[in-house]
Amino acid sequence: MNDAHDILEVENLTAWYGSARVLFDLTLRVGRGEAVALMGRNGAGKSTTIKAVMALMARRSGTVRFCGRDISRLRPYEIARLGLGFVPEDRRVFSDLTVAENLDVGRQPPRQFPDGKPAPLWTEEGLYKLFPNLAGMVNRRGGQISGGEQQMLTVARTLMGNPLLVLLDEPSEGIAPVIVERMANAISELKKAGLSVLLSEQNIHFAELVCDRACVLEKGQVQWQGAMAELMKDTSVQRALLSM
Amino acid sequence: MTVLVVRDLSKSFGGVRAVDGVSFEIGRGELLALIGPNGAGKSTCFNMIGGQLRPDAGDVLFEGRSIAGLRPRYIWRRGVGRTFQIAATFASMTVIENVQLALASHHRNLFGMVASLSASRRPKAKELLVQVGMADAADRACRELAYGDIKRVELAIALANDPRLLLMDEPTAGMAPRERLEMITLIKRLVTERGVAVLFTEHSMDVVFAFADRIIVLARGALIAAGDAAAIRDNAQVQEVYLGTGKTYAAPAPPAPP
Repeated sequence: MNDAHDILEVENLTAWYGSARVLFDLTLRVGRGEAVALMGRNGAGKSTTIKAVMALMARRSGTVRFCGRDISRLRPYEIARLGLGFVPEDRRVFSDLTVAENLDVGRQPPRQFPDGKPAPLWTEEGLYKLFPNLAGMVNRRGGQISGGEQQMLTVARTLMGNPLLVLLDEPSEGIAPVIVERMANAISELKKAGLSVLLSEQNIHFAELVCDRACVLEKGQVQWQGAMAELMKDTSVQRALLSM
Repeated sequence: MTVLVVRDLSKSFGGVRAVDGVSFEIGRGELLALIGPNGAGKSTCFNMIGGQLRPDAGDVLFEGRSIAGLRPRYIWRRGVGRTFQIAATFASMTVIENVQLALASHHRNLFGMVASLSASRRPKAKELLVQVGMADAADRACRELAYGDIKRVELAIALANDPRLLLMDEPTAGMAPRERLEMITLIKRLVTERGVAVLFTEHSMDVVFAFADRIIVLARGALIAAGDAAAIRDNAQVQEVYLGTGKTYAAPAPPAPP
């Protein structure tokens, strides 16, 4: 099971909201340099899966391994320090800090993959190249930029931590098509730089642009897993599990 | 017949012109989509028409009379309904009670019938729920409903005061693709039957292109384009500031047959 190439291994992940069980023995993996889409309808468990990996669910069981190391008992900040970046759906931009200051907050030391290869090292200049919109507003406060710009800032802030794997919760929701496209380009760039990505997504066109594999959830369980290209062809899965 | 006339509407916040001289009209039974990048001023426009914000300049005429600067409840009483990006219903009340409450408010007997809300205007409420396809869930608490169903209840509530104009902020946000199309098909049918004028915002371009009669595009507070789906899709400036190349949304589905 311990595939040396997998950066994230999730086994039998189960989680509860209060007494209601919402994830059921979820098992999935993300390979190095791979982008995986968590798909499914509202309430299927996409965001909950991401939160459970990040130890943000009060009650959960199962095993989560990151770079071969069991992180199931670590706290969220400890997980983040190991190089697992998290971009929350509600963005959580610091509204009183400027764009540049928001980036500063995310800064962490350079990092290496388990095999000793250095992880991509991000600088403000590099991130402004990745997200040109942000370059023109370094001194604007986080609360005064638009939703799409905040989404880009949140991703950039996470990258300042030089992560090995990035978790993105609904990166395309509620933002303009042109920004969605820019976000897709940026994620493709991350993959080229050697990062792994696990994202939750309802927009299948976006997922197709950036993801190698898909993991489709329904009622807190994995119902379908396979190559993104296969999912694009399988209209019966799309109809049954994605309400297409 | 023109229902809404928006004329040179402007609003600034701390020196930033959020909406800058915007003008447009909507006719009876017409669905007008207001699209544009995040931060373009769409919500500010909505809020000035709905009464949540007072315009700095310009006017809003509803059925020929100015409603600019009136409070939201007076605008609602004149016949302007509104639905929200994040659906707002009373979670602990049942579906039908939510609609009954809107009806009671519309008929101005909100405070005289506290003890008898559960009996008040039930047939009319039921009729509205039938129309939005939620009659079977009438006696369930709203908090038990799936999000797409809450949006349907919200539509029934919005129709309770027999509006002639509906303002809908992202009516299909947070819904799966098929739910989106079912919801907008329902909206289109109900408003066309009633001759209600609709102004809606939406980031789902397949919904906009298939269902809007006309589209207006807002960028940095000003209108940069107006026209039908084909004209907007081919507009180079709109592509640059908002639509992109189109690869992140589906080819437009033809409108479902009525």
